[in-house]
Amino acid sequence: MTKDIIMAGFGGQGILMIGNLLALAAMEEGKNVTYMPSYGVEMRGGTANCTVIVSDEEIGAPIVMKPASLVIMNGPSLERFLPNMRPGGELVINSSLVDAGRVNRTDVRLFPVAADEIARDKIGSRQMASMIALGAYVAISGVVRIETLVNCLPKVVSKKYEKLIPMNVNALKEGSALAGIHA
Amino acid sequence: MTTSAACAVKRILAKGNEAVCHGAIAAGCRFYYGYPITPQNDIPEYMAAQMPKIGGSFLQAESEVATINMMLGTASTGTRVMTSSSGPGISLMQEGLSFMVGSQLPAVIVNIARSGPGLGGIAPSQGDYFQATKVAGHGDAHLICLAPHSVQEMYSLTMLAFDLADKYRNPVMILGDAIIGQMKEPYEPTPYTSVVPEKPWALTGAAGRAARSVKSMFLKEGEIEAHNWKLLEKFRKIREEEVRFERYMIEGAKFLIVAFGTVARVAKTSIQWARSEGIPVGMLRPISLFPFPEEQVREAIEGVEKVLVAEMNTGQMVEDVQKSTPHHDKIRFFGKPCAMPTPDEILAQIRLIAGVKQ
Repeated sequence: MTKDIIMAGFGGQGILMIGNLLALAAMEEGKNVTYMPSYGVEMRGGTANCTVIVSDEEIGAPIVMKPASLVIMNGPSLERFLPNMRPGGELVINSSLVDAGRVNRTDVRLFPVAADEIARDKIGSRQMASMIALGAYVAISGVVRIETLVNCLPKVVSKKYEKLIPMNVNALKEGSALAGIHA
Repeated sequence: MTTSAACAVKRILAKGNEAVCHGAIAAGCRFYYGYPITPQNDIPEYMAAQMPKIGGSFLQAESEVATINMMLGTASTGTRVMTSSSGPGISLMQEGLSFMVGSQLPAVIVNIARSGPGLGGIAPSQGDYFQATKVAGHGDAHLICLAPHSVQEMYSLTMLAFDLADKYRNPVMILGDAIIGQMKEPYEPTPYTSVVPEKPWALTGAAGRAARSVKSMFLKEGEIEAHNWKLLEKFRKIREEEVRFERYMIEGAKFLIVAFGTVARVAKTSIQWARSEGIPVGMLRPISLFPFPEEQVREAIEGVEKVLVAEMNTGQMVEDVQKSTPHHDKIRFFGKPCAMPTPDEILAQIRLIAGVKQ
């Protein structure tokens, strides 16, 4: 099995962090994985995106032009990546910032998650929005287990933000539970 | 590379650029000098954080010209030293690199290549192939050049680079690109097991022994000519003993890809797809670019109908492939400067040489 995912949003939304976390979890589960971030000038103020590929096979190209799945955290990212998405894949959008009505594809599995609002109202910080989206995506796709993500969190959260780990765990679980409702 | 010892080692997730640092530190490198440039900044960032903790030295020089000359000084003492840069920074280092080849000094230079010419861009490129393999700088100067295609190799080839540098008293370049530097994947940090050789030439203070000198200027009658013959003999030995390559699905192949680094990695995906369509294609991947695996390329081309040379430039390694074989009519070149070719694009080229309608 090979699964490729592009995650994209504004710089600062935590896109690279959720990509890293997913990659680490995949490795911990014994899979092959690559993680390719956008780098350089893109990261300041503009959009940030990363590609994660999880596979049981050796992984060649670490970049995909036609991703199987998308986790989209802002409007510009939807416009950029949706047209090339492969049919049948999972499309998680942050419906707090992305109008689900703008998804002009019926051949993908759309999962709108009001990540910013849930992060603010239920988790206590809007910064947790991307973790909610990741929780939802992982629950829907089954690419790794939620518990593995939770176990890997301390490795991607810097010492400075250690106290936020429980909040991140809540966000992952909240996202995962939402996916259950959609399914 | 050995994988048997590697199995016991727990995998870690790292960027290619970080794995270079891990490899260097494992090989005992405690001196790093550099100057910032994208897409290799993770290397100085990591070294700046780690070197002070392990009793090493990190120094951000005022320019790449200063960097390479600091390296020349450190290497003269027989101490392992590394720098990293990209495109324009490597160009600035070329004078010093030539001095180091002339002075027979070991050092490791990592080029995480970006697009050129000039300031170019930060997109990945293999446009520095000629620079890395043909022209260390002025004079009859060569670098040994290794081209990793995975994070694992960023680690292990960096360790090897230090060993080869010491063995031949010559600078060694790791030629990567923005993709291989920036991507993360799991790798096994196998222990460093080589024995660092004695360095009876190193400048360590002459108290109690005869004085030594490290230099690249030879003005006496016939001296520089003799020095050049001596260097040539060294490069001949390197060509004879240090060729490294990978044969990938070459068994029964009627079509051959020759590619290195990131492109070779992408080509592996394309080859799998082509094989599933029934196209018998394989790859010969040069790991050492200098020395180039001429003999192995020649041999592989003998047995196939057509050859695709794929590079992230407008055609450089293809000249070495042509030099390796009389069958120039078999060779087709596919170049994509300053962007990673996709597996689909390479697959389309494979279909083309295989005469499959698309």
